[in-house]
Amino acid sequence: MSSFKRDKKEEEDTGGNPYQNLDKTIILQEARYFNETPVNPRKCSHILSKILYLLNQGEKLTTQEATDAFFATTKLFQSKDVMLRRMVYLCIKELSKLAQDVIIVTSSLTKDMTGKEDLYRAAAIRALCSITDSTMLQAIERYMKQAIVDKNPAVSSAALVSALHLSSTAPDLVKRWANEAQEGINSDNAMVSYHALGLVAATRRNDKLSTVKLVTRLAKSPIKSPYALCLLIRLAAQLVEEDDSDASQPYIEFIECCLRHKSEMVIYEAAHAIVNLRKCARDLAPAVSVLQLFCGSSKASLRLAGARTLARLTAKHPAAVAACAVDLENLISDPNRSVATLAVTTLLATGAESSIDRLMKQISSFVSEISDEFKIVVVKAIRRLCTKFPRKHQSLAAFLAGMLRDEGGLEYKAAIADAIIALVEENPDAKETGLAHLCEFIEDCEHTTLAVRILHLLGREGPKSRQPSRYIRFIYNRVILESGPVRAAAVSAVAQFGAQRPELLPNIKVLLSRCELDDEDEVRDRAILYNAILETGDPQLINDYIINIQKPNPVLLERALRDHNEAQPEARFDIMAIPTEEEKQAKEDIVEVEVRKPVQASIEEIYSEQLAKIPGIEKLGPLFKTVPHIDLTEPETEYRVRLLKHIYARHLVLQFECINTLNDQILEQVHVRLEPPQDFEIRTIVPCQKLVYDKPDSVFIVLEYPSAYYDSLGTFGATLEFVVHDCDPNTGVPDSGEGYADSYPLEEFEMGCADQLRAKAGLDDWEQAWDRAERAPEATDTFVLPQNDINEAAKAVCEHLGLPKAAISGDAVKEIRGGGIFRGGAPVLVRARIASSSAGVTMKLAARSPREDLAQLLLAAVG
Amino acid sequence: MVHKKIAMEGSLFEPTLYIVKGMCILDNDGNRILAKYYDPNTLTTAKEQKAFEKNLFNKTHRANAEIIMLDGFTCVYKNNVDLYFYVMGSSHENELILQSVLNALYESVSILLRRNVEKRIILDNLDAVMLAFDEICDGGVILDSDPTSIVSRTALRTEDVPLGEQTVAQVLQSAKEQLKWSLLK
Repeated sequence: MSSFKRDKKEEEDTGGNPYQNLDKTIILQEARYFNETPVNPRKCSHILSKILYLLNQGEKLTTQEATDAFFATTKLFQSKDVMLRRMVYLCIKELSKLAQDVIIVTSSLTKDMTGKEDLYRAAAIRALCSITDSTMLQAIERYMKQAIVDKNPAVSSAALVSALHLSSTAPDLVKRWANEAQEGINSDNAMVSYHALGLVAATRRNDKLSTVKLVTRLAKSPIKSPYALCLLIRLAAQLVEEDDSDASQPYIEFIECCLRHKSEMVIYEAAHAIVNLRKCARDLAPAVSVLQLFCGSSKASLRLAGARTLARLTAKHPAAVAACAVDLENLISDPNRSVATLAVTTLLATGAESSIDRLMKQISSFVSEISDEFKIVVVKAIRRLCTKFPRKHQSLAAFLAGMLRDEGGLEYKAAIADAIIALVEENPDAKETGLAHLCEFIEDCEHTTLAVRILHLLGREGPKSRQPSRYIRFIYNRVILESGPVRAAAVSAVAQFGAQRPELLPNIKVLLSRCELDDEDEVRDRAILYNAILETGDPQLINDYIINIQKPNPVLLERALRDHNEAQPEARFDIMAIPTEEEKQAKEDIVEVEVRKPVQASIEEIYSEQLAKIPGIEKLGPLFKTVPHIDLTEPETEYRVRLLKHIYARHLVLQFECINTLNDQILEQVHVRLEPPQDFEIRTIVPCQKLVYDKPDSVFIVLEYPSAYYDSLGTFGATLEFVVHDCDPNTGVPDSGEGYADSYPLEEFEMGCADQLRAKAGLDDWEQAWDRAERAPEATDTFVLPQNDINEAAKAVCEHLGLPKAAISGDAVKEIRGGGIFRGGAPVLVRARIASSSAGVTMKLAARSPREDLAQLLLAAVG
Repeated sequence: MVHKKIAMEGSLFEPTLYIVKGMCILDNDGNRILAKYYDPNTLTTAKEQKAFEKNLFNKTHRANAEIIMLDGFTCVYKNNVDLYFYVMGSSHENELILQSVLNALYESVSILLRRNVEKRIILDNLDAVMLAFDEICDGGVILDSDPTSIVSRTALRTEDVPLGEQTVAQVLQSAKEQLKWSLLK
């Protein structure tokens, strides 16, 4: 009971918490105590834990303070006390990030790592590896290899995990330990086997072939460790996902086999993998029944895992999920609200119309208790319901409006607004109620972005409603009450009413002229612009500048404007040349808790940075389009080359992205010998001076298009040429001596019509546009297509023209309607009718464009 | 690094050993007793971490629901008297693996504190608990998940056990039994 007595005394001294009110300077003073001999282990250990506690609480030490503390700590190596030594290691690890000259302890740690005391060795390895850099590593390499195969599992694990950490900085060195690590996979100790597999898999991450070998071999061997099995399932699932052939069948079998493992962790891992594989496994039933069992577990994490994974299945296999309805019903009042939410939303997604009201009532009983992430899940589920059961819109919209009134962050509110907006757009019956809810919401909305979006929607949808004037009041209220950006958006919305409802025009003009006196420049400018345009009464002008405005990609627009100002400020800027904002692709329709994803930049945005390296690039004008990459080599070769085509108005930039996958070679003066079709002229070649192992770099070639559009189709031949220097695979230092020149053939590639066209599917106003272009030159022709099926034929034609699949309509006779802008800015419209006849599939293709040669080109591209 | 895949597009779990994003122990006011975050990309500053912990505590201290999705993390948790134990992983992670880490953390701390899992006792044994943290997770990689082996590796100070009371071996024995009980439940 002595320990309790001590506790009591301390309690009197410090009020219970010995770590309360710690002062940094006093503790750093106390560190001086470490110099005393003999060392008092208990006291020193206590001081060390105080230092660690301070660091853990987020206290900042200066480099000098950290270095002093670090050196004081090194004095404690004289003590043999195990606990103290371990605390010293911990301190070393923590302080090494802040202090200088930490490598001073290398020799002490190396001694401990090779010593007799097992309790030191494992921890010493981890401490040592956290302070060494790649140059020092060579010195301890031998010990590391020994440690990996050590029979003490702690030592072996420590070495393997440290090697894994090191592999991010010194991958080649760690690769040499792979043989030792391989042995570890078969270890009897579960953790050693897991860590060894993790290390081996990490070193082979970029080498698919050997990953295949590894997984194939291990799938047959009896691995006991549940963690290792989980990892192996992930590796196998990844291979299945990347491989479309039947070769992946054994992996699927292996994963299915793991469903019968005795550890829940492994079973879940396997079930999750099967359910999420893109390629459908033969039979989902075993996986689903496992998840069903989880739903009935007493552990919340198991229930959540089961419900979550089932929820993901709703889109692909609603029938499989519907079979679990009973189990999910049991979860709707689960004390863990996350589980309950998932269960309800899944049931909503799979259930019948009749059960909606009951489930909605259940949700509203606890919706205030759940986190925003799950509220968003609920909102999305309701949104899907609106599409599925349009008749229920009244109650669903009311529910959404109720949620809109509750507390919540921007993301949550935006999700609700999205749902209502979708409802308004999809369901004409719900339009009036939906807009009314949104109007009410903007009356009291603190998020500027959201208010702006809703005003935009009101501007678009309001004029089409039966009583447009009632929305104007709501919108105009914003002009009076809100901040600048919202006022500006409100002005734009008001103008829409004026443009689309002639009977309101006089009133709108009055409102706009009032806004012309606004304090904010943007608001004033908009008001004046819209008033002027409305004044003209020219329907074309009103359509192009108020109703249907082209929206260029803002990032590219900014860049293009900057380039334009630098290169030719006096010339006119052509806004049509900027790629327009791409339509967001419809997301997969699943019930899922939102996982944070990086912001997706468009491909043009990503590469415009790299293109800036080419001298004279700004003279080519703004970038028209970037064609997604194609591989010019097989995936598993020495040098990998991918091609990106950047299209400009009259020029073409070919970007060859090269990767050198040989770690014992450095390539210099890398360039590409190009054999372009006739009439293409090479302007500039930017070679890549040096290509080191695993660091992608690019060769650029600038070509000028032939002056006639018709000549711009053709095939390019290419060869990669370079000078090879051998080098040390570990350090990357090249060997002395001259390199030798070598070349490497690349696959041929095409310049097609789709590459040069920014195409989009025909929208609602396509018909009018086609009629309007009646007087433009038209080219028509009839083709017999090689495909037998009209669906396939239609898809193939779309691909040739670069049109999205959405352009296809019709059943027996397929009609493709689309249009686009060709490089240089000429618009073009196409219509194709495809029908099957006795002779095969025939197509009549017509193209209209102000430039006749362009219309011809489109026909040539298909023919 | 354009050649590398930006993110695994699919919904499969990532084949990596870096599973644990963080572990922490909070007291019943939500104050940090110990916390470690392992992901170099998220929650890197002490300010962000404390804000996250505050949010986490507010969301969890009333409802004892074992698991919660928060701010892009899956958090499993457990509480006892005046202590809250949390293990965080990516929102896209096998929940059961995280649960096994939490069990390892809780059980080993519980053995180290001889079943007196309370704030006062944990503060008296903070050094041992720090070592346990270090033995459970190294930079996000699960190092060990077996409480008995974790405790044996944290080098329980032998002279701490008063004479006439139990030895280390006995502590371990009782731990094993307790474990058995918890499994039988």
